[in-house]
Amino acid sequence: MPNKEMLKKEAEGKEMPMDGKMPGGKPKMKKGMLKRLIVMLFHFYPVLLPVIVFCIIFSAIVSSVPSLFMQNVIAIIEEHVNTGDWSTAKGEILTWVLRLGFFYLLSLISIFASSQLGAILTQGFLKKIRGKMFDGMQNLPIKYFDSHGHGDIMSYYTNDVDTLRQLVSQSLPNLITAAVTVTTVFSIMLYFSVWMALIVVAGVILMSFVTKTIGGRSARFFVRQQMAVGRTEGFIEELMNGQKVVKVFCHEKQSGLDFDAINDALYEDAKKANQYANMLMPILNNIGNVLYVIVALAGGLFLLSDVPNVSLSGKVFSISIIVPFLNMTKQFTGNISQVSQQINSIIMGLAGAERIFDLIDEAPEVDDGYVTLVNAVVAPDGTITESEKRTGTWAWKHPHQADGSVTYTLLRGDVRLNEVDFGYEEDKMVLHNVSVFAEPGQKVAFVGATGAGKTTITNLINRFYDIADGKIRYDGININKIKKADLRRSLGIVLQETNLFTGTVMENIRYGKLDATDEECIAAAKLAGADDFITRLPKGYETELSGNGANLSQGQRQLLAIARAAVADPPVMILDEATSSIDTRTEAIVQKGMDSLMEGRTVFVIAHRLSTVKNSDVIMVLDHGHIIERGNHEKLIAEKGTYYRLYTGAFELE
Amino acid sequence: MFGMLKKLMGCVREYKKVSKLTPILMIGEVVMECLIPFVIAKLVGQIEAGCEFTVIVKYGLILFAMACVSMFFGGLAGMTGSKASCGFARNLRHDLYYRIQEYSFENIDKFSASSLVTRLTTDVANVQMSFMMLIRIAIRSPLMFIFAIVMAFIMGGKMALMFVVVVPILGFGLFTVAKKAMPLFRSVFRKYDNLNASIQENVKGMRVVKSFVREEYEKEKFNRAAEDVCMDFTKAERIVAINGPLMQFCLYANMMLVLSFGSYLVISSKGSAMGVGQLSAMITYGFMVLSSLMMLSMIFVMLTISAESAERIVEVLEEQPSLTNPANPVYEVKDGSVVFKNVNFKYSKTADRYALADINLTIKSGETVGILGGTGSSKTTLIQLISRLYDVTDGVVAVGGVDVRDYDLETLRNQVAVVLQKNVLFSGTIKENLRWGNAEATDEELMEACRLAQASEFIESFPEKYDTYIEQGGANVSGGQKQRLCIARALLKKPKILILDDSTSAVDTRTDALIRKAFREFIPETTKIIIAQRVSSVQDADKIVILDGGRIVAVGTHEELLASNEIYQEVYTSQNKGGDDDAE
Repeated sequence: MPNKEMLKKEAEGKEMPMDGKMPGGKPKMKKGMLKRLIVMLFHFYPVLLPVIVFCIIFSAIVSSVPSLFMQNVIAIIEEHVNTGDWSTAKGEILTWVLRLGFFYLLSLISIFASSQLGAILTQGFLKKIRGKMFDGMQNLPIKYFDSHGHGDIMSYYTNDVDTLRQLVSQSLPNLITAAVTVTTVFSIMLYFSVWMALIVVAGVILMSFVTKTIGGRSARFFVRQQMAVGRTEGFIEELMNGQKVVKVFCHEKQSGLDFDAINDALYEDAKKANQYANMLMPILNNIGNVLYVIVALAGGLFLLSDVPNVSLSGKVFSISIIVPFLNMTKQFTGNISQVSQQINSIIMGLAGAERIFDLIDEAPEVDDGYVTLVNAVVAPDGTITESEKRTGTWAWKHPHQADGSVTYTLLRGDVRLNEVDFGYEEDKMVLHNVSVFAEPGQKVAFVGATGAGKTTITNLINRFYDIADGKIRYDGININKIKKADLRRSLGIVLQETNLFTGTVMENIRYGKLDATDEECIAAAKLAGADDFITRLPKGYETELSGNGANLSQGQRQLLAIARAAVADPPVMILDEATSSIDTRTEAIVQKGMDSLMEGRTVFVIAHRLSTVKNSDVIMVLDHGHIIERGNHEKLIAEKGTYYRLYTGAFELE
Repeated sequence: MFGMLKKLMGCVREYKKVSKLTPILMIGEVVMECLIPFVIAKLVGQIEAGCEFTVIVKYGLILFAMACVSMFFGGLAGMTGSKASCGFARNLRHDLYYRIQEYSFENIDKFSASSLVTRLTTDVANVQMSFMMLIRIAIRSPLMFIFAIVMAFIMGGKMALMFVVVVPILGFGLFTVAKKAMPLFRSVFRKYDNLNASIQENVKGMRVVKSFVREEYEKEKFNRAAEDVCMDFTKAERIVAINGPLMQFCLYANMMLVLSFGSYLVISSKGSAMGVGQLSAMITYGFMVLSSLMMLSMIFVMLTISAESAERIVEVLEEQPSLTNPANPVYEVKDGSVVFKNVNFKYSKTADRYALADINLTIKSGETVGILGGTGSSKTTLIQLISRLYDVTDGVVAVGGVDVRDYDLETLRNQVAVVLQKNVLFSGTIKENLRWGNAEATDEELMEACRLAQASEFIESFPEKYDTYIEQGGANVSGGQKQRLCIARALLKKPKILILDDSTSAVDTRTDALIRKAFREFIPETTKIIIAQRVSSVQDADKIVILDGGRIVAVGTHEELLASNEIYQEVYTSQNKGGDDDAE
């Protein structure tokens, strides 16, 4: 059964996302992820993106050139310092300072623009990508949700979008800035002195080596830390949910000791991971400092020993070169350590992007049905015509490709399964040769152990899954020809696990029919026997539900789900353990409502409690995907077969 | 606020030393970092003056040593800092977890499991992060700020006055931005959480969405919410994005001031008041001052964001367990009799409706009692008072003739075993799960309990029998099997009173009957209280209690009730409609 598998996956899922996304865990990155991301950004923002990139590059260049100005100013100072004559130097210096000021102004404008536009782009991009993910997700087949843990799917929206935000808003701009700055600064260095530039290069090589060693070690422990976090969170979740059992068994001490063990392990891994990460910065900074010293030393040495300078500018060594060079060294190493800090988030961001693209690329549910459901008017002579307005009568519109003609079939709710085979996996069939005939207005019940294939049959009728062999006809039409949306609209379904949505009680009922009036909703609630408890809620129908109706009991949620299906007023209803959590007495009370709800409809009922299915027109007993008995209650009891034994309690229905 | 900090700081404990050491080591690093430009300025001055080569080497060695010292302090501070913050988080989790172990049902209800999980995970992580920032950077930045200014004054003299201009501009700007952005972020984070909650709703309820063909409707709803979040986020982010240019502006202003004013000083004093080397150092100091200011504002933002997490953690730590052991507890439960005398109960003092009212009930030791009633008739509430999972509002519940509030809690709960309705198995082997009932139970005792609970048959059918691994939440056993394991677990306590809260609902009627038969034969002295939906589960009890709307409406045997009680008749007929074919 998909449900159980789902649960299992969900439990395991907690540790799954880590494989793909941790740095240093050697994530197998598909090539071109960055390219695809950039293409997508460009596609969303064809004007904004280039403008921002231009601004970033421009400001990076501008902020790297002051050394040139500084060199000039210092040269002037050198010239005049011995005379102490400020008035002659003043003009020249101020000119340079003003030129610098002009550059700075441009830089400020571009920084301001890029940061403001960047905020707009990042958030807009995230919104668009969330929208794309959500749209894509809505179009995925149920199979996807049955085979992927809910926790995993959620982590696309939370963790992965977060890493993407980090990547787009910080890492990428930083990377561009650093790359441009390093290039510009290095060019200026070469312009001043090739010898000294080479010294800086040597230092940078050392820094990348350190980054690789320490960074790699830190990444390794981060992976371990993530795993420990997963374990701890799993433990916490399990025990917090079972806390009442802990109390009842006075198991507090033992549970505390168990937690300590797991908590201590997390501490050890977290400590090591953070230690390496914390050490990287001071070490890189001080390598920067040492490099600074070496540059100063070398500068002094060159100056004293009259080594001929090799430079693009042809300038000779002077203090006016050494001083700006020192600043450039600082700038250079600063940028290198910046990049080293970004590496983790870039790797994580790209891994996140990959997972997000996987979700977006997932193949959507295919719907090639062409028979649609339309409002219809039946003339006295029996001919059916289509109507624009809601008539309360529905018909299947069946266009024939061969001659272009259109035929109409009245929607009656006649569902027939003919020798259907099906398996969730191709080589593992769960239904074998199943035939079920449900005439309009009939109540058909499925009985059998978990895994016998009851829910599977309903999954096939509304085409959550497609059959492997056989035929399913709805009012005589092969359901493969019916447009899925229209097919599902004609089927009402109430599931054992009720899912309500955040909003008022009224809104939740209206979910069944979006244009239903309040009166219609209340009538449906009355029909389902839900009106009684709803009116006793603090705000009646306007009571806000949240967290899947956490403030309601399971039974009340089921009643709401029935009301929701009732307001949709479909000709066929599927009740899959719809009243399992309603106690028998309440069920007896709502039975009248349920009976009137089922009246005139074709109903498929799956119930654990045999009292719920007893009055069905036909009961199918399923065993391992085979229908082993069929007939009404009296007939099956008389046969003294499986149903009889189930009914008398000789079998356990699980 | 202060009380909250005090409470949190109480969790530092054995990491107090490293927590204090970290900022001290940081001082070492900061001092070195501030001195290095100073010495370099001197060196440049020397070179400028055309000094001997040996002087340069001397300076070089000093500087190298300083960098090493700085690296040593910095690296060490990194190590102690992570030890302190990880240790702090470990203690926080420990304290939270242990505090929760002391919680009563009422406390647990108040917080809900999922919110406790968040507090133990996300919130602790946030506070840990802030703590690390606090001990590493919150000390480092102001120190850096002060040292750099002091050094600038020592070196640049009057020129350091430029900070008087630049620092207030940046400080005021950063403060304004933080103040404006903070409330926006707080509200947008909440909206963002709601957005994610609604995605989760969709993922879980996809079958509903698809069967009602509401895909387009959901997309529209989502896009509206996402648009809303996007707008608010953009607004907040744009305000924060002012920080970057603001910082740059101040750096630029600093640079220009140094270059113009500095050159004036150098030239006009013929290099005596200031040299070219100092000029460059002034720029470095300027950078240090401004970036430490920036760091401070970041910490400020970070701290306010995690303040909410801290509040949530302290809330759990400060919650007083609503049930405590009495001063002189009774350590022995005499027998399995239960008496309810004039009991009223409501879940909270402010609730206007009593969940239980006027309950008077006497159960003799060794009796079997069935409890029947519709949803919301407070059956579960009634039995939870017996093992003092909640305290009565009025009246007395006595077990073995003694008020339950006079017992030692552990004694009482070991003698009154409850199989809860929402029962839970934990990940671990069957044996490990069963031993929750009695840690010292021998294998024979385990098997005996399983036989009574009719669980041994299916356990033996598993390839690994009693060592079968139960997955989280018992996902790999069926509902009926899970219930029987839970009963066996409770039986292992050898309690004087055994309470089953709808614990055989998924068990077939035949096995159900076998369990009851085993109870009768093997644990006759134990008082058995059984809540059930099925009449067949209780009809052979010594007495059956009918609850309706929190009141006892009838007590009697199956025959008596069938003759006199309307509710009982209703339930009976609904379950046996047309049913003389019932095997029982």
